[in-house]
Amino acid sequence: MYQYDSYDQSMVDARVAEFRGQVERRLAGDLTEDQFKPLRLKNGLYLQLHAYMLRVAVPYGTLNSRQMRMLGDIADKYDRGYGHFTTRQNIQYNWIKLEDAPDILADLASVEMHAIQTSGNCIRNTTSDQFAGAAADELVDPRPYAELLRQWSTFHPEFDYLPRKFKIAIIGSETDRAAMKLHDIGIQLVKNDAGEIGCRFYVGGGMGRTPMIAPVIGDFVSPLQMVSYAEACLRVYNRYGRRDNKYKARIKILVHEIGADEYRRQVEEEFAHILTLGLEPPAAELERIKGFFEQPGFDANASDELDLSDPDFALWVDQNVHAHKQPGYAIVNISLKPVGGIPGDATADQIRLMADLALAHSFDELRVTHAQNIVLPHVKKADLYGLWQKLDEAGLAAANLDLIGDIIACPGLDYCALANARSIPVAQKISNRFADLGRQRELGELKLKISGCINACGHHHAGHIGILGVDRKGVENYQLLLGGCEGADTSLGTITGPGFNEDGIVDAVEKATDVYLAQRAEGERFVDTYRRIGMAPFKEAIYAKEPANG
Amino acid sequence: MKIITGSDLRTGDVIWWTGEGWSRHVNDAVEAGEHTEAIIARENAKQIVTDTQVIEATVTDDGVRPAHIKDRIRALGPTVRLDLSLKPADPAAGNWVI
Repeated sequence: MYQYDSYDQSMVDARVAEFRGQVERRLAGDLTEDQFKPLRLKNGLYLQLHAYMLRVAVPYGTLNSRQMRMLGDIADKYDRGYGHFTTRQNIQYNWIKLEDAPDILADLASVEMHAIQTSGNCIRNTTSDQFAGAAADELVDPRPYAELLRQWSTFHPEFDYLPRKFKIAIIGSETDRAAMKLHDIGIQLVKNDAGEIGCRFYVGGGMGRTPMIAPVIGDFVSPLQMVSYAEACLRVYNRYGRRDNKYKARIKILVHEIGADEYRRQVEEEFAHILTLGLEPPAAELERIKGFFEQPGFDANASDELDLSDPDFALWVDQNVHAHKQPGYAIVNISLKPVGGIPGDATADQIRLMADLALAHSFDELRVTHAQNIVLPHVKKADLYGLWQKLDEAGLAAANLDLIGDIIACPGLDYCALANARSIPVAQKISNRFADLGRQRELGELKLKISGCINACGHHHAGHIGILGVDRKGVENYQLLLGGCEGADTSLGTITGPGFNEDGIVDAVEKATDVYLAQRAEGERFVDTYRRIGMAPFKEAIYAKEPANG
Repeated sequence: MKIITGSDLRTGDVIWWTGEGWSRHVNDAVEAGEHTEAIIARENAKQIVTDTQVIEATVTDDGVRPAHIKDRIRALGPTVRLDLSLKPADPAAGNWVI
């Protein structure tokens, strides 16, 4: 993992001291709320429905055990004993006191963490593949490039006041586990016929009120020019992005309005100019960063044998354990979606346990996933059974990865000031309705995603089944979407029709799964069947009138 | 009726204007009267409250009930963590929101 140098540490420490002074001035009345609000948002501190909320950045979702343990300790010391892992690989605390915020940031800084640029119209935390450096299908480890992007984008003065927030994802596998095409910039590391590595830039994707799949803007950019190309993409956006209307201010609107070809032309022009300025970090810096991401000291003699005689363990291995590139090792997915639970929530004790397990079994590494789960990336197969038993004792062994119980949900109206409807109770009801693991496995891969408002933090556009909560004359109402997907076959969901109340949406989801089970062909996922048979059969079943009694 | 709500500057707690000060309990909220802007300006200046706003509410048999669900959730706490709400001992407290 990357470790701060003195420059990184001094920047973060200076920011803590600066914010401490700002909080003191606010509490003393020397700053008004209007003056203070942009300052606290620069440090990830929101004011939500019940309290201040602090969003902590987890760079490309990567943590060591010391950092994870600190996240658990903060939950206990300053919050109410839990944290919420988000769809941007971050963690949020829901019950923060303003007067405690500087101390929390100081605690975070002590483990090389912060909350900088987790809010505001700037480049947010860069996200990545949670299996980076471990996946059997990986072409290039994206983490050094993600780290380079982190360093470039942190406190970048030119991009501190963009038309709107800006999200970057980078992956190094053919399999996209980061919803890369639904970001402002998605970078895929690819290989050409000559075996050279390049960056494929997808620009102008996003969810929110106007969901769009990013087109390819740069097909094969040298990794040694990646930062310059990103700079060019941002410069064109910064120059022409709509500042007059926040709903049209994201880069996807610019790319859509002027067209991908014209946007590309302008980026190439700017890119050529930037190359003359020598802004690109020296190759030696990328090499230095790569040094932090060396392969851990794997046991070359580790066995691939697994005793699967415990049926519950066998189910968990089948569902939650992923192939590792190193023989004898595996990638463990810890689902934060127990039956009826709150997606993404973990108690302080659970957080600390996961930290301990990472230290003991995963070369001190953890990852946060955009699906609100946790990954232990490098676990020896021989350790899996003991690890699973410890997870099971702590309520962390739900064997439902990528099944209908593995629901993504934003905090919704239970916590969020922007939300129009609650997301979590809907997730809980669906989770309970499909509690039977055998039934979930019969349905197979089925990604269900719930947002409590059009901002789409719950990624409803990309759900095989998506649910969007809306406010209909002061009453919560839920729209159903079908056919969304992230990954290589990214698609956007389509609304089925009129919305439902809280119980009605759960019934509608069940009816949709019934159609799938009745109509699926061999090997088809829910989304594959939807793509083959279209909306009509689903709509017919979902909106069928119940026969009248008698 | 119109009532005034805001957030405690230091803690972020949801608070309600009682006519004399601020309470964490919506049932203590009172009709704000005609001088809401003056009250808000005066209270904001004291550095006790932030994010103040005037909202609609009604008085019911159960007490003061904000008109909008968002404000009812603010008044109670998260419906999915009633143990953290203002009515932790009432398992049906969430029904008050809906």
